[in-house]
Amino acid sequence: MLDPVPSSRPRSGAADEPVIKLAVLAVGGQGGGVLADWITDVAERNSYVAQSTSVAGVAQRTGATIYYIEMARDTGRLPVFALSPSQGDVDILIAAELMEAGRAIIRGFVTPNRTTLIASSHRIAAVSEKIEPGDGRASSSKVHATAEAASKRFIAFDMEKIAADNGSMISASLLGALAGSDALPFTRESYEQAIGIGGRGVKASLAAFAAAYDRARGTAAPMANPAEPAIVVSALGAGHVSGPRNLLQGWQALAARIDLLPVAVRDMALRGLRKVVDYQDIAYGREYLDRLDRAVAIDHADPTHALSIAAAKHLANAMCYDDMIRVADLKTRSTRDRRVRKEVGVKDGSVLQVTEYFHPRIEEFCGTLPARLGSYIEDRPKLAAFLDRRINRGRRIRTDSFAGFAALWFIGGLRRWRRGLLRHKVEVAHLDRWYALALGSVPADYALAVEILNCRRLIKGYSDTHARAQSKFDRVLSALDLLKGREDAADWIRRLREAALKDEKGDMLDGALKTVATLGSTPIT
Amino acid sequence: MAERSFAKEVEKLRLGAGEEFAGEGILAITKALLQCGVGYVGGYQGAPISHLMDVLADAQDILGELGVHFEASASEATATAMLAASVHYPIRGAATFKSTVGTNVASDALANLASGGVTGGALIIVGEDYGEGSSIMQERSHAFAMKSQVWLLDPRPNLPSIVKAVEDGFELSEISNTPVMLQVRIRCCHVHGHFIAKDNKRPPMTVADALESPRRDTGRIVLPPASFLHEKEKVQKRWPAAVDFIARNKINEFFGSDHGSVGIVMQGGMYNSVIRALQRLGLADTYGETDVPLYVLNAVYPLIDDEFLAFCEGKQAVLVVEEGQPNYIEQAFAAMLHKAGRGTRLVGKEHLPMAGEYTGQVMLDGIGAFLRAEAPHLLPGEVRAPNTVGDGVDTADLINVVPGRPPGFCIGCPERPIFAATKLVEQELGKHHIASDIGCHLFSIMPPFELGATTMGYGLGPASASAFNSPDAKRRSISFLGDGGFWHNGLTSSIGNAVFNKNDGVIVIVDNFYSAATGGQDILSSRAGNRTKSTKHPITEAVKGMGVKWLRHVDRTYDVGKMQDTLREALTTDEKGPKVIVASSECMLNRQRREKPLVDKAINGGERVVKPKFGVDEDICTGDHACMRLSGCPSLSVKSLDDPLRDDPVASIDQNCVGCGNCGEVADAAVLCPSFYRADVVHNPSRWDRFLETARRATIGFLQRRREGRRLIFSDA
Repeated sequence: MLDPVPSSRPRSGAADEPVIKLAVLAVGGQGGGVLADWITDVAERNSYVAQSTSVAGVAQRTGATIYYIEMARDTGRLPVFALSPSQGDVDILIAAELMEAGRAIIRGFVTPNRTTLIASSHRIAAVSEKIEPGDGRASSSKVHATAEAASKRFIAFDMEKIAADNGSMISASLLGALAGSDALPFTRESYEQAIGIGGRGVKASLAAFAAAYDRARGTAAPMANPAEPAIVVSALGAGHVSGPRNLLQGWQALAARIDLLPVAVRDMALRGLRKVVDYQDIAYGREYLDRLDRAVAIDHADPTHALSIAAAKHLANAMCYDDMIRVADLKTRSTRDRRVRKEVGVKDGSVLQVTEYFHPRIEEFCGTLPARLGSYIEDRPKLAAFLDRRINRGRRIRTDSFAGFAALWFIGGLRRWRRGLLRHKVEVAHLDRWYALALGSVPADYALAVEILNCRRLIKGYSDTHARAQSKFDRVLSALDLLKGREDAADWIRRLREAALKDEKGDMLDGALKTVATLGSTPIT
Repeated sequence: MAERSFAKEVEKLRLGAGEEFAGEGILAITKALLQCGVGYVGGYQGAPISHLMDVLADAQDILGELGVHFEASASEATATAMLAASVHYPIRGAATFKSTVGTNVASDALANLASGGVTGGALIIVGEDYGEGSSIMQERSHAFAMKSQVWLLDPRPNLPSIVKAVEDGFELSEISNTPVMLQVRIRCCHVHGHFIAKDNKRPPMTVADALESPRRDTGRIVLPPASFLHEKEKVQKRWPAAVDFIARNKINEFFGSDHGSVGIVMQGGMYNSVIRALQRLGLADTYGETDVPLYVLNAVYPLIDDEFLAFCEGKQAVLVVEEGQPNYIEQAFAAMLHKAGRGTRLVGKEHLPMAGEYTGQVMLDGIGAFLRAEAPHLLPGEVRAPNTVGDGVDTADLINVVPGRPPGFCIGCPERPIFAATKLVEQELGKHHIASDIGCHLFSIMPPFELGATTMGYGLGPASASAFNSPDAKRRSISFLGDGGFWHNGLTSSIGNAVFNKNDGVIVIVDNFYSAATGGQDILSSRAGNRTKSTKHPITEAVKGMGVKWLRHVDRTYDVGKMQDTLREALTTDEKGPKVIVASSECMLNRQRREKPLVDKAINGGERVVKPKFGVDEDICTGDHACMRLSGCPSLSVKSLDDPLRDDPVASIDQNCVGCGNCGEVADAAVLCPSFYRADVVHNPSRWDRFLETARRATIGFLQRRREGRRLIFSDA
């Protein structure tokens, strides 16, 4: 690769006008065209000649897209502008989303000592990030770190939020950040005038512009970082709990038990306890703590109490399995009603109607029957199929109507009989097997025991998705026999679990299992 | 209704002599056409000249005032065939389309037009969809110019140059009796710039005048013996006339010093990138002043031997900058030098890549390499021997982090449920051979759907599955076809062909009421009224007319269950012959553009309006993302919960949701999970609404208080 000279050399004796090169990398539909028009307009208002180009067309359909602007002081002669950005030749790069900043760096449009990189730090997940059954999202911190090193100046904050807070689009806050960066030799007023000619939504755009301008200037306080989870000194004072006196007394007794746990475990245990009590009742919380105590009792090997923390977390999730009762209970709470109103933005005077999408199958139906009756039906395939034909169809339930709400409220009320229902029996048996397997591994391999607990993460979803998750869980743990006695057994279980979270069917997992099968019996040291 | 309205901008088309025009490249081309006294214009939309068609459509009043006829042609072949009006009559005509796909379609008409030749100027404006952002196969329009012997202009990418090229093109066409192609690259179409306008000209002869006094000349008709004479005429008369015009009018330009040991020849469209490379090498200033001799081919076909040989005079080496392959221009120049017995070394693809877009870096590297090899004395020291290599930032790590972001279906797209249903049917019946077609629906080949094996051309989806018609197979092929492709040529090439050949496959026609992928232009089956076009011709009627017996119409694609059932039936029925499903729902992008202002107005005006939006109960969502594997909607995404008990992000629907209902339908059809809900907000509720609301909230509130009074309530505050 040839290294260019930093600035063009005038051929004649007269001083040459430098060309300012500015690229906008955006996700289609973000309004990058509006931003490019504004910037061109600002330049022309300041006696600059400007040229903007873009690749319109399918780009707006959520794909990554580039707008490119070049400008030079107007001397009466027409400069020769390029129509697309070149590697190592961009003065200002505006990325309307964080990964687009990363893409700009990869493509060579960001140069240390030269490029001012202005990026909105929010994320728009790409399809590839969303479809993983686990967490497929790209690492933002890597982009941040590289951007710091790769650019002359890196201005990054959540410009999407600033836009939304001011009822505007991100193009306005991006323009504000550009103005605030002082990377272009133009006054704030000329930017505001450019926005002003747009017509619709000018006020909101100007507000978003101003907020981003101040933020880029550093005059506004940076947004607070989300707080680290607090260390729970005493569970008795942590979090807000209200309710009838007898239940509160029961809760106090449970919370007091949290205080007896090692400090490191308390935060997770308290969260877990709140979850299971909220799910069922005080007695269920007691069961939870009893189970947890078994892990704490044998947790000597590691000062971080990794085993107990994993147990506190995954026991709670396992005990709060997703059944129809839970779904109905959650959907009929007053807190849920308030949250939906807030999310949808229901204003006073408007009426909210909420439709829920249910699709129960015979499995869910049987799970909600008393254990014996449920098993009776399940053991008779013809009967089960007969009933399934009547049950298995999509149901839309209006929870803002009394009838719809009452039906769900009734199902939610089955909670008090939950312990006698078929699903509970199945779940408890599964939990006990898993938990015993994990705790039984502690003496031989502490790390492996923790990983076995962590495999609970695999179990999620409803109906077919849930069945698939169960199968992945079983397949991961099926490797235990092959891995027994190996020093890297825990590592392998972790790797298998991560592979299982990569795709829907578990193809990656199957591949990884094949690798495990070839490991041979002698442990590698 | 097109995606973008140029209603305001087209007023610029009225500018008179001496006034300054400011705007986009395509608008400048339109203005140039009017300044040239064009008599009729036709074309077919497609990036990058979609907007040219939209501009013309929005400018119909202005065109009408000038007596210019405008037509949104059925296809590129139609548009080119329309230029037949310039064969016998001295009327200037223009056609425009995307190249090279459009040129492929047009080539039959183009060849006939070129053979007979023209009397009035015939200009074909091709939008080159080449390089970054392109959605088609990478080929050159140059080949078409060569094979049909029509002239090809490739002007420098700035407004004054492309406007001049339009003017030159018409003159060249008339003087040489040959159609002229004018190619504009994608960024040039969208470049914002200025030029000084001239007055618009009424065509000296309008199409109405021609109709009133018809003419004919057998010598211009492509039939033996005239066609044999045409071939001779091309080389004996038309070619020399073109060469003479190009040379005399200095269509090609020379820049830089007129002596020097090296020089660069380039296509006009490459000029700005060449200058930028020279600027970065310290050999040119901001205004393009340079010591390096440059020969800029605004006309790339035919080439002018004398001009080129004169340029090479006294030069040791000349670099040809020619984007795309094969390198026709370089080959032609090499032959010229060889035949003239010249010693000038000709280089091109040695320093520049054989294939691929000539980006800034490619140009810098290529021209730099050429000058280092042939004229190192020109280069400044810091270029010849740089102190630093690279910028020291390692981005290798980042490449594995940043996800790809190809274009996909828009928020609320009605095509998504069609492919969700297809995926669900495949889960039941196994994988099928799926043939795709051109159009938005081609996004189905990408995650999360990953359906479709081939795409063979616009309207050719079912045609490309026609070999898969075997009585020995238990499975049928599935092919897709959009409404745009259907009317473009699918009706005959795909549907008619399937009926005639008794194809047993399944054909899904994706009907979104517009030619959506090209920007939402109206087509025959559009359901909206159009002031100047005849719409509302149902696809189902056309399909029936073609002889299809098994036909189903799903008039709301969001009904995933119904879509699934219909597909299953089509794949399993005993009925013979093609099984055609027309799946109709309006393009959401267009629908929102049409409805949003109306809805907002109604709400502000106090009317009762129900506005839907979807949501996810985050405590019910388990973070498996099965919904996203069946949807891919941009507004359905993942978010982290502030809860250490939960490892994986949950589904979340953002504010851009248009409430199409796909999420809920998919969750239902695929039996996913009960976390989706639809929230309908009734704005300006009626008295009855308010009465119901009060009654419901009282009773529901009673039940809630009853239960919540008897349990512990945990809150974070």
